[in-house]
Amino acid sequence: MRLRYPSNIKIIKVPCTGRVAIIHMLKALEEGADGVMVAGCLEGDCHYQSGNLRAKKRVIYVQETLEKIGMESERVAMYNLSAGDGPRFAEIAREMTEKVQELGPSPIKKGKKKTSKKSKVEVAA
Amino acid sequence: MIMARPKPIEEIIDEIKDFNKVLIAGCDGCVTVCEAGGIKEVQVLASALRLYFGKERKKLEIDETSLTRQCDKDYLHELLDKIDDYDAVVSLACGAGVQFMAEMYRKKPIFPGVDTCFIGVTEERGVWAERCQACGQCILASTGGICPITRCSKRMMNGPCGGSEKGKCEVSPDTDCGWHLIYERLKELGQLDFFAEPTDPKDWASSRDGGPRKIVREDVRQ
Repeated sequence: MRLRYPSNIKIIKVPCTGRVAIIHMLKALEEGADGVMVAGCLEGDCHYQSGNLRAKKRVIYVQETLEKIGMESERVAMYNLSAGDGPRFAEIAREMTEKVQELGPSPIKKGKKKTSKKSKVEVAA
Repeated sequence: MIMARPKPIEEIIDEIKDFNKVLIAGCDGCVTVCEAGGIKEVQVLASALRLYFGKERKKLEIDETSLTRQCDKDYLHELLDKIDDYDAVVSLACGAGVQFMAEMYRKKPIFPGVDTCFIGVTEERGVWAERCQACGQCILASTGGICPITRCSKRMMNGPCGGSEKGKCEVSPDTDCGWHLIYERLKELGQLDFFAEPTDPKDWASSRDGGPRKIVREDVRQ
């Protein structure tokens, strides 16, 4: 389909979003990601029955934690889409990148020497 | 086992904000089962704290560890060589573990990372409920295996009281009446004659009335 999506996205493949633990999302932020997007199957369509619903709860936990420590909860988001829906993936990748760019660079890495002008989004899909 | 819940992160931040190097120490015992203080919770808390202090531009180094049990000196000894590297420790063990660590490492500030709640069971993942108040004199043999000290809000020895309605306690419609549960269980067991005679008042001397309790068993003591 040759679909285009922002090149600043780093994709981390997992068998199911149920594999994405809270620590994975926090570590991505700790290591300097500006945002983390978890892209799972449509609700009710999980190949492993409820992995995406577990991921949803964990994403909410991380969002709440970010709020408590004074960071923007929007830096972490969960999206649900069919594995065969490439155009939708490109669309949410753009959407998430724009959202994170609006928020600006992660406050964690301001002190570091190298700061990329582009925002960096990690995706677990 | 002992059930606990994580303390709000704001409270922990407030405890450690003035230090430079802090150790987060989990416990692989009870608090791991109730998902409040095991190695996973240590990693999540440490990561969230690093995010917070990174954002605040505060240089605070945070390390992670977890001990097999913090209520046991042999395992607490594992920190002997490295505890001096830290200004303070946040222990995610139950209150007993936190205190035992503080007793062993007297010069080190030890902060609790969880709120210890009760002795209970895992009803389902994410749902933990109280079953024992450690009163020191178990009466479960005569009450159908259901503890009136724990399950009755008034800790009555002869129940139910007038506040029991349709099997629920007046304290909350979500709380079962302990004595209703005992009645139903004894009926199933054919032991309703238990209710024919009133039960004597409980001897609370074995409970908290005598101050902190201690068990000394010479048969196993070394």
